[in-house]
Amino acid sequence: MHTAPQVALLFIVLMNFAVLGTSRLSTCIRAVAVQGLLLGVLALLLAPRFSLHTGVLALGTIVVKAVTLPWFLAWAIREAAVRREVEPLVGFNASLLLGVLAVALAFAIAARLPLPGMQQELLVPVSLATVITGFIVLTARRKALTQVVGYLVLENGIYLFGLTQTESMPFLLELGVLLDLFVVVFIMGIVVFHINREFDSLDSARLDELTD
Amino acid sequence: MRLLAICLLPALGAVFAFALSGRRFGAARVSTLVGIAAVHLVLVATLWLHPAPAAFGGWMGQDALGLIVLSLTSVLFFATALYAVGYLRRERPRGGRVFVGGLLGFLAATSLVALSQHLALLWVGLEATTFTVAPLIFHRHDRRSLEAVWKYLLISSVGIALALLGIFFLATAQSGAAGRPLLLPDLLAHARDLHPAWLRAAFLFLLAGFGTKMGLAPLHTWKPDTYGEAPSLVSGLMAGALTSCAFLGVARITQVTMAAGMAPFVQPVLLGFGLLSLAVAAIFIIGQSDVKRLLAYSSVEHMGLLVLGLGLGGIGAYGTVLHVLNNGLAKAWLFLVAGNVVLATGSSAAAANRGLMRTLPVSGALLVLGLFAITGSPPFGLFQSEFTILRAAVGAGHPWIAAAMLVFLAVIFVGMALLILEMALGDPTPRATRARESWWLLAGPVALATAVLMLGVYIPAPLQHALASAATALGGLAP
Amino acid sequence: MSRNALISLIVLLVAAPLLPGIALKTKSVLTGRRGAPVLQVYYDLWKLGWKRSVYSATTTWIFRAGPAVMLVSLVAAALFLPLDGRAAPAAFAGDLVAFAALLALGRFALVLAGLDTGSSFEGMGASREVTFATFAEPALFLCLIALVLATGELSLSGMLGAPLAAAWTRAPASLSLVGISLFVLLLVENSRVPADDPATHLELTMIHEVIVLDHGGPDLAVILYSSALKLALFAALVASVFVPRARLGAAASVVALLAALILVSAAVGVVESAMARLRLTRVPQLLAGAGALACFGIVLLLA
Repeated sequence: MHTAPQVALLFIVLMNFAVLGTSRLSTCIRAVAVQGLLLGVLALLLAPRFSLHTGVLALGTIVVKAVTLPWFLAWAIREAAVRREVEPLVGFNASLLLGVLAVALAFAIAARLPLPGMQQELLVPVSLATVITGFIVLTARRKALTQVVGYLVLENGIYLFGLTQTESMPFLLELGVLLDLFVVVFIMGIVVFHINREFDSLDSARLDELTD
Repeated sequence: MRLLAICLLPALGAVFAFALSGRRFGAARVSTLVGIAAVHLVLVATLWLHPAPAAFGGWMGQDALGLIVLSLTSVLFFATALYAVGYLRRERPRGGRVFVGGLLGFLAATSLVALSQHLALLWVGLEATTFTVAPLIFHRHDRRSLEAVWKYLLISSVGIALALLGIFFLATAQSGAAGRPLLLPDLLAHARDLHPAWLRAAFLFLLAGFGTKMGLAPLHTWKPDTYGEAPSLVSGLMAGALTSCAFLGVARITQVTMAAGMAPFVQPVLLGFGLLSLAVAAIFIIGQSDVKRLLAYSSVEHMGLLVLGLGLGGIGAYGTVLHVLNNGLAKAWLFLVAGNVVLATGSSAAAANRGLMRTLPVSGALLVLGLFAITGSPPFGLFQSEFTILRAAVGAGHPWIAAAMLVFLAVIFVGMALLILEMALGDPTPRATRARESWWLLAGPVALATAVLMLGVYIPAPLQHALASAATALGGLAP
Repeated sequence: MSRNALISLIVLLVAAPLLPGIALKTKSVLTGRRGAPVLQVYYDLWKLGWKRSVYSATTTWIFRAGPAVMLVSLVAAALFLPLDGRAAPAAFAGDLVAFAALLALGRFALVLAGLDTGSSFEGMGASREVTFATFAEPALFLCLIALVLATGELSLSGMLGAPLAAAWTRAPASLSLVGISLFVLLLVENSRVPADDPATHLELTMIHEVIVLDHGGPDLAVILYSSALKLALFAALVASVFVPRARLGAAASVVALLAALILVSAAVGVVESAMARLRLTRVPQLLAGAGALACFGIVLLLA
C-alpha cells in the first residue's frame, strides 16, 4: 500500500474527520480546500496516461475546489463575522463517531459493489464515506455556512467517484459539472449573505417561519 | 441545427435581457421575453411536422417522450410570458432584468433537458434549472422568500448531487457493455449487458435525486414553501414544466432498467413512492389555509400519480405520459389564476380572499373550473389520464392499489374544494372591490384551460401517436 | 528474562528523566531561548532527594502511598514492553490489558492522593484528569486492538516485536494512523500541550501540576521521576510502533531505543512550541479524534 493515490485517498478521509470534529469554520474550509487539492492531484494520478484533457481537468478542479470556492467562503465568513459553529444538533464527538461508522458502512457497501477492471480498491469506499460524511455535516449543523461546507464535502465525494469514469465522462462534461458546482455554491453564498443581513445571524434554526 | 437553436436562443435572450439594465429598458426586456417564447413555440411546432435528426454525435435528439415534455414546456412558457407582461406592469419592477433573464435561462435549461439523449447532459440541464430558478423564487427579497429559497437550494442541490452519483453508477454499470457511454439509444440497445448491481444502485440514486426535483414524498418538503413564496407565474412554471422535466429523468432511467429486465425490482419501488406521495398529499391538504401551498401539495399528489402509473406498467405508462401533459397544463393554469388573486388582494391566504366570483369574475370562474380539472373530474383531460392509470392498476392485478388511489383522490378533492370554494363563494371581504382584469393576465389561463378541456374530449392524431410511442418506450402499451 | 531485555529496561529507567529535559530544550531553542540544561530533571531529583517532606494534618496514609504506588505500577508496566524489540521481561497473552490497567492504577493512586488533601485545587485537577482519562482509555484500547488485528498476536511482546515488522509491509497506512493516535495519547496522558501546559503555574489552568501541589521533598522527587518514566513508556510505545527493532543486534537495538526516545521527546518539544493549549472542553474532542483515527485504522485492516 505504498502508492501515491492510496495516500491521497487516506488523506481525504482524514480531512473528512477534520470537518466533522472541528468547530472553527476556517478549519472546515481549509480542510475542504485540501480535499479539493487532493482531488485534482488524484485526477492526474489516476489517468492511465497524461494528456491535455487530464491536465486541464486537474487544473480546473484545483482552481475551483481548492482556490476559488474556499476563498469565496472565507469572504462570506468575514462578511458574516462568524468564526465558530455553536454546539450543533449532533455534538462534535458524536459526529466523529458517526464519521467512523460512515467509513465502516462505506467499506461494507463497497465490498458488494465491485468496480469492474479497476485496481484502486480504496476509491469506492472513500468516495462513499465522503458522501455520507457530507450528508452528516449538512443535516446536523446549524450554521448555514457549515451546511454549505457539508454540501461541498458531498460533492467532493461524488466527484471522487466520477474520477473512475474518466473514459466515459468527456472533458466538456467534467468541466460542466465543475461549473455547475461553482455557480451553485456562489448562489448559496449570496443567499447566506442575505440571511445574515436579514436575520443578523447564520443560525438556520431561525428559518422556521414557513410551516404547515 | 434546430435543436441547438431551441436551447441556445433562450440562453442568448437571457444574456441580452440581463445586459439591458435600468428601468427604461423594461419594455425591451418584456418584449424580448415574449418574442423568444413565440419563436421557441414555433420552432417546437416545426419539430412535430419535420422531425429533426440527432445532433452532436447523438447527444441531442428528439424522441416521443422528450418532444411531449418540450412542447408542454414551450406552451407553458408562452402562456407565462404573456402573463408576465401584465404581471411586470403591476408588480414593483424590482430588478426586472434578473427576473426576465432568469425566466429565459430556465427555458434554455428545460429545453436542454427535454432534448438530451446523453444522460449526463440531461443532468447538466436539470442542475442549471436549479440556479436559474433560485433568483426568481427570491424575487420579493423578504424574510419568507429568503427562507424558501434557502431550503430549496439546499434540498435541490443535495438531490441533484445524488442524481450525479447515480449517473456515475450508471456509467460504471455500462463499462462492460458495448456502446457509447451514457447515450440513451446505446444504453437501451445493450441493456441486458449492464452490470445488475450497479444498475440497481444507479436506479435508486437517480430516483432519489430526480425525485427530489420532482417533489416526490418524502423529498417534497421544499415544495410548499417554495411554491408558496415564489411569484405565482414562477410557481406555475416550476409545477408544470420543471417537474415534468425531472419526471423525464426518472422516465429515462426507468426505460433503461425495464429494457434490462429489472421490472420486478423497479416496479415495487415506484409503486411505493407513488402511494406515499398520494398519502402525504392527502394528509396535508386537509386544513390548508393558503391556496398556493394547497396547489403545491396537489403537485405532490400528481407526481405520485405519475410515478404510480410508471410502476404499474401496461396502459399505466400511457396514462402517465398523458398525465404529464394534463397535469402540467392544469397546474400552470391554476397558479396563474392564483397569481391574479394575489395581485388583486395582495395575499394568497384564504382568510383574505372571499367571494372571488364577484370581485374577479373571470379569475374566480377559472379557479373553480380549475379545481374540478385538477381533481380529475370529466370532461377535463385529467380524468382520462387518471382513469387510465386506475384501469392499469386493476388490470395488473392490484385492486387494492386502485382502491387506495380512489380514497386518496377523494380526500384530496374534498380538501381542495373546501378551500377553493370558500375563496370563490361567499360575500367579498369589505376591502375588496371589483378589480380590472387585464387581457394579458387572462389570456394565458384561458388558453391553458381550453387546452385541458380539449385533451379531455379529443386528442389529435399526431399527439396520440407520440403518446403511444412514448408509452411503448416506457415498457407499457397504448390502449 | 534475557540479558538484552534487562539492559534495555535499565537504560529506560535511567534515561527517563532525560526526556522531559530534551522536550523543554527543543521548545526553548525553537522559541529563541537557551532554556534549562538537558539534565535539569536529574539535578531537580538530586535537590529534592535531600529535602524533608512536610505532610499536612488533613492527609492520611493514602497521601503518602500515592507516589510510591505510582512508581511501582509504572515500573511494573515497563516490564511488559519489549524494549529490546523482541521479548519483554514479562509476557503472557492479553498482557496489553495488564499494561493499560497498571497505567490506570498509577493514575488512580495519584488522583486519590490529590483528593486526600481535601483542597479544592487538587480536587479540580483530579476531576479533570479523570475526565480526560475517560476518553483516553478507549482510544488507547482502540490503538492496541488495531495492533492486535495487524499482527495477530495478543501479547505486547508479539504486537511490538517481530510480527510488527511483517505487518508494516501489509498495512502501513493503518499502522501510521495508530502511531499518530498513540502520539496524541502521549501528549494528553503526559499533560503536554495541547492538553495541558507543563510550564503553567496558574492553578486554574493546571491539570497534572495541580494534583501534586501539596507534595514536597522526596515524594515530589518520586512523582517527578514517575512522570518522566510515564513519558518514557509512551515514547517507547510510539517508537516501537514506528520503528520495529526486531532485526537489530543486541547493542544496536539499545542504541536505537535511546535514539528513538530522544527523537520522540524532540517531537513533543516541536509540537509544544507550535501549538497553543486547547480549551479544556476541546480536549475530549481531540481524544475522540485520536480514537477516530485508530478506528479508521481498524476499518482499513478489516477491509
